[in-house]
Amino acid sequence: MKHIQLKQVSKSFGDVEVIPALDLDIEDGEFVVFVGPSGCGKSTLLRLIAGLEDVTSGQVVINGKDATAIPPARRGLAMVFQSYALYPHMSVRKNIAFPLRMAGLDKADQARRVEEAAKVLNLTEYLDRRPGQLSGGQRQRVAIGRAIVREPTAFLFDEPLSNLDAALRVGMRLEISELHKRLATTMIYVTHDQVEAMTMADKIVVLQNGVIEQVGSPLELYRNPRNLFVAGFIGSPRMNLIKGAEAARHKADTIGIRPEHISISDKSGAWEGVVGLSEHLGSDTFFHISCPDFAEPLTVRASGELDLSYGSTVYLTPDLAHLHRFDEGGFRIA
Amino acid sequence: MARAVTTRRKAVTSVIAWTVATLIFFPILWIFVLSLKTEGDAIKTPLEILGSTWTLESYAVVQERSDYFKHFTNSVIVAVGSTLLGILVAVPAAWSMAFVPSKRTRGILMWMLSTKMLPAVGVLYPIYLLFIELGILDSRIGLVIVLMLINLPIIVWMLYTYFREIPAEILEAARMDGAGMRSELLYVLTPMAIPGIASTILLNVILAWNEAFWTLNLTAAKAAPLTAFIASYSSPEGLFYAKLSAASVMAIAPILVMGWFSQKQLVRGLTFGAVK
Repeated sequence: MKHIQLKQVSKSFGDVEVIPALDLDIEDGEFVVFVGPSGCGKSTLLRLIAGLEDVTSGQVVINGKDATAIPPARRGLAMVFQSYALYPHMSVRKNIAFPLRMAGLDKADQARRVEEAAKVLNLTEYLDRRPGQLSGGQRQRVAIGRAIVREPTAFLFDEPLSNLDAALRVGMRLEISELHKRLATTMIYVTHDQVEAMTMADKIVVLQNGVIEQVGSPLELYRNPRNLFVAGFIGSPRMNLIKGAEAARHKADTIGIRPEHISISDKSGAWEGVVGLSEHLGSDTFFHISCPDFAEPLTVRASGELDLSYGSTVYLTPDLAHLHRFDEGGFRIA
Repeated sequence: MARAVTTRRKAVTSVIAWTVATLIFFPILWIFVLSLKTEGDAIKTPLEILGSTWTLESYAVVQERSDYFKHFTNSVIVAVGSTLLGILVAVPAAWSMAFVPSKRTRGILMWMLSTKMLPAVGVLYPIYLLFIELGILDSRIGLVIVLMLINLPIIVWMLYTYFREIPAEILEAARMDGAGMRSELLYVLTPMAIPGIASTILLNVILAWNEAFWTLNLTAAKAAPLTAFIASYSSPEGLFYAKLSAASVMAIAPILVMGWFSQKQLVRGLTFGAVK
């Protein structure tokens, strides 16, 4: 069932068009991630769905009803902000209870639902503290608690993890994914981090300059990027893109090969190169290898066991089954 | 080595800070000392601070000659009244400029500030005539209005900077949480704005309390606040330093005490927006 639909939605600020008319369907219970570089319009798109920004033209349909003119308070959506946006003058308990108080629930019901949410989010012992007395991760949990108590029809997350440190981010990522599994509610999640997108999403929407570049499951996007932008954006480290004679040999303008689809040998291979920097992650090592035939060095992923010294000569062989070909316009050649 | 430099720098800044603070405080100290001397000792040069006698005589004379409490009451009414009236006008103005800015918001703010650049004496004549015409010369209500008007730009600016500091995302969160306009104002915005409003009130009470140009020119006997009370001792009969000082101490003491207890709030008010 279609839960949220954008029909020819566009947004301009003054004379600047940030989102040209676009269509998007979000299914019920889906975890959708909007991903793209900063300034691509992903947050604006989320705010259009939330109703915090008015659409310039087009329709936002929620549960089959035109919600374009409905104020944010009555769209039945809950939002978690990047800055957490907690009410600094209220205790954690009051913060979480606020949407319930606005909905006019009686005190006993409010208390019960706040306790439930606090239990789920491990916040029980912090209920009487103020947001200022909490750590970043705890604040984010309060923000999520405030969103879940009202049992919204969909959750909107606007870069919720970007203010957290790396370790906490991984933990919260899992918590949010788990929350989605348990609640089975539609979630729309905005991030610029493609790792978050890949690990959490049922469906990824890749945006650039307000235009949807591709919509698909994480693996679809990884395996069959529709164009050069998606090819370069999804996957870490990014796909190696090669132009010139080598590309022409494969009847393409540009060819792309991911670091994990190149094998290294010290004896023979398709391309000869010189080892530059190596990044050791323990389990894997990424080698940056300069080939005289290519303009840019290639990134190659190898086992963490492999040790190559700086400046030594190696031979690379791409796995042709995973070679991506793109035409002059940057689009994938099937 | 780096540590030694930091310590020395700390010492130097401390000395500078103390010197500046002493320089600023010195006139108040001087007035206080003079107020406790006899008229004869007060005009002696050089002043013998320790050698001469200490006396409360000037205070007694001042209280006897003029009604301190009448002036004090006038000052309180004028300072508090003009500030509250100003807040009443400025809150909605600053509110709308901070949260629903338009293309002209910046211009309006600058224009308001520019009225403070006009020398007050430039409009004394028309305002004086207006006051006669309206029959509010030497009345407290007249002073309340004129002080409210002259401090209004500052009140609006201060509140504007406070309101601007309230993150828009919190208001949006309230909207997403189902709060309508009324609930948003009542439960989210107002509680967050209260510290800012309090600092603004405090600072403006002080400004209005100390205002001397309009209070001296628009009052005679009935509505004269403490500024006029001080001025009455620099009279044509000649200067009476000890009595003038005693009057000054009595005039500034209430505001000094208030300022002392609200230091933290005041400093925050003055430096707000400067440090993020």
